[in-house]
Amino acid sequence: MPDEKPEEVPVKKTAAEKEAQTEDKKIKYSYQEGKGLPPLNLYLHWCKACNICISFCPQKVFDPDRDGRPIVARPEKCTQCAICWLHCPDFVITSNYK
Amino acid sequence: MPHRITSARKLMQGNEACVHGALYAGCRFFGGYPITPSTEIAEGMARLLPKCGGHFIQMEDEIASMASIIGASLTGTKSMTATSGPGFSLMQENIGYAYITEVPVVVVNVQRGGPSTGLPTKIAQADTMQARYGTHGDYQAITVAPASVRECFEQTVKAFNFAERFRTPVTMLTDEVLGHMREMITIPESGELEVVDREKPDVPHEWYHHFEITPTLVSPMASMGDGYRYHVTGLVHDQDGFPTANPNEIKAKMDKLRNKIVRFADEVTQLDVEMVDDAGIVVFAYGTTARAARQAVHMAREKRIRAGLIRPITIWPFPDDQLRELLAHVRRVLVVELNQGQLIHEIERVAPKTCKVAGLTRYDGEVLNPVEIFKRILEVK
Amino acid sequence: MMADPIQSSNVTYDYLRVKKRFPNVWCAGCGIGTVMGSIIRAIDKMGYSKDEVALVSGIGCSSRLPVYCDFNTLHTTHGRAIAFATGVKLAKPSLKVIVVTGDGDGLAIGGNHFIHACRRNIDITTVLINNQIYGMTGGQCSPTTPHDSFAATAPYGNMEKGFDPTTLAKAAGASYVARGTVYHVQQLDKLIYGGLNKKGFAMVEAFSNCHTYYGRLNKEGDAVAMLKLMKEHAMPVKAAKVLPPEKLEGKFLTGVLWDVEMPEYCELYQNLIDSFQEKDKE
Repeated sequence: MPDEKPEEVPVKKTAAEKEAQTEDKKIKYSYQEGKGLPPLNLYLHWCKACNICISFCPQKVFDPDRDGRPIVARPEKCTQCAICWLHCPDFVITSNYK
Repeated sequence: MPHRITSARKLMQGNEACVHGALYAGCRFFGGYPITPSTEIAEGMARLLPKCGGHFIQMEDEIASMASIIGASLTGTKSMTATSGPGFSLMQENIGYAYITEVPVVVVNVQRGGPSTGLPTKIAQADTMQARYGTHGDYQAITVAPASVRECFEQTVKAFNFAERFRTPVTMLTDEVLGHMREMITIPESGELEVVDREKPDVPHEWYHHFEITPTLVSPMASMGDGYRYHVTGLVHDQDGFPTANPNEIKAKMDKLRNKIVRFADEVTQLDVEMVDDAGIVVFAYGTTARAARQAVHMAREKRIRAGLIRPITIWPFPDDQLRELLAHVRRVLVVELNQGQLIHEIERVAPKTCKVAGLTRYDGEVLNPVEIFKRILEVK
Repeated sequence: MMADPIQSSNVTYDYLRVKKRFPNVWCAGCGIGTVMGSIIRAIDKMGYSKDEVALVSGIGCSSRLPVYCDFNTLHTTHGRAIAFATGVKLAKPSLKVIVVTGDGDGLAIGGNHFIHACRRNIDITTVLINNQIYGMTGGQCSPTTPHDSFAATAPYGNMEKGFDPTTLAKAAGASYVARGTVYHVQQLDKLIYGGLNKKGFAMVEAFSNCHTYYGRLNKEGDAVAMLKLMKEHAMPVKAAKVLPPEKLEGKFLTGVLWDVEMPEYCELYQNLIDSFQEKDKE
């Protein structure tokens, strides 16, 4: 059996690089200032109320409606982390910023 | 790349003739599994396919072999497998898949003694009904059966032509004797025998329905990668290949599958008929058995017995109408088979009341020789 | 080579089949839909044209995935997806062949084809969606159902021990083996991308939740609860190397578990064909 690849040493990002990355994110995402597009679009016809987006959203942006489908209750809290639309098994959620 | 043979006159084995016939027909993919008595076909393909730009693969079992040739055919490559009884049984589910998804492939079954492991190195013709009803559900089989090494070549080409013409799996039944014996054969020049290719679509992408119910009931077939991006599934499907539970669409699909073959069966029928016009007794046999039967008929004629021979080269669909006509003024028909009686049931179904049906069977692994058949003719006439 | 972060969120819509009825057929919260998104993003990231992708599947919940995707899709017989895909790939190596299979379809009835495709190292990427149960037929135990867990056909607890598909694939000769989960979707995107990028047989096991059967019969709760379980029990293979053994108790490894260079089957065959063509020229 051929041997494994040599071990890659995980490279630590310097503080400056990290700063630049969050800076970059700020510029792209402008909803916090109240203008610009809402963070997310929900195509609720395809939603089966599986509750994954509601429970895994770190900022608790969603509230369940009567049937358990997500409502974007607190859009300003959305940080575009993509957890919701990456997990959604029915492609209900899309982001206006990613 | 063309498939070239050095000299036209060759002493060739039946199995080898299948290989050359397939290459002549444009087969460029073989997925198979070793099984006596068909392995020479796989070996021949392994040697010759790469030389003409084709691909050979020995799969892990016959189920995989059948799967691989369907996959290959979907890329527009004429593909084939060869096996014997046990492998043919394993292939049945995927043969059914090829049938409902209308994928042209050729399956050669070099029959041997059955059932089960049976008689691997001995002859039998006991898979005849399996070629027709082997897999589950309603379906129409096309099966050809050569009786000489030259016909092994020609009928393989025919099998591919029928598969491409009707977009369906076609089975060729040979047997251990025919597969292993050698005869002189003149290899046809390229172009001498007709080679049929599947009809390709020439409509824009949005107009294409992979299972379109056309007047001929055979839909043009695009290949994977041609830009049509169709869906293929073993579930009963609509004209776009998407699964359906709608009774009308189900019936439409099932009618299409049956009628595309039944309505055009005359294109497929191949009957070898000898001295039947004035015959009082006709011997009915296919494949290797028919060779001995012909000899027996000549022996009977020498004894001034008006005997004739009918040999179906295309066994399925069974030539009902032609046989009713041929047997109309015949007193006796003798069905000679190397099994415990299979095609005799078809003959009993088809033969007119005026024609008494008798049988001669042998299933001990040996061939029926002309004298045995001749004696039976004397008994039955 | 790992993909850089996720592409845009609505990339998946470009690859869905408009003629197909949505929402998809899977239960609410089933991970297979998530895996489908992952596969589509990985394909998009690779820059494949839709015409050159062949998506092949067998029978089962996992195998209803291709019908929704706008590629050359093939929904074959139970367990035989990899055998069909081998025919497609070998006959037309220019096609990018991806197999979607499940733990039952790929390891039970399809186990023989699975290990032989690994052995051949043919350039096919197989995404094996492991929900540890037969979902389509109603919760029977599968080759990866854990020992002592319950299923419709293991009412008194599963007496058998489940396979680990990754060690099986590695032992059988696959050149790229990885495991992800439908919780760690960003990682799953990268792992599938890595598989597509690999010239050889790539197997990516996607751990998925079947709360309708496995979760219910084993009291593991709904989709959210099972996803949380995955989060707790997953252990990235890089972390596992540095952690003491007791930390790895009850965890399963995720990430790229095996990645070696080996000759690829179709290439070897093409060399053979080319060798004859050169001989013809002389």
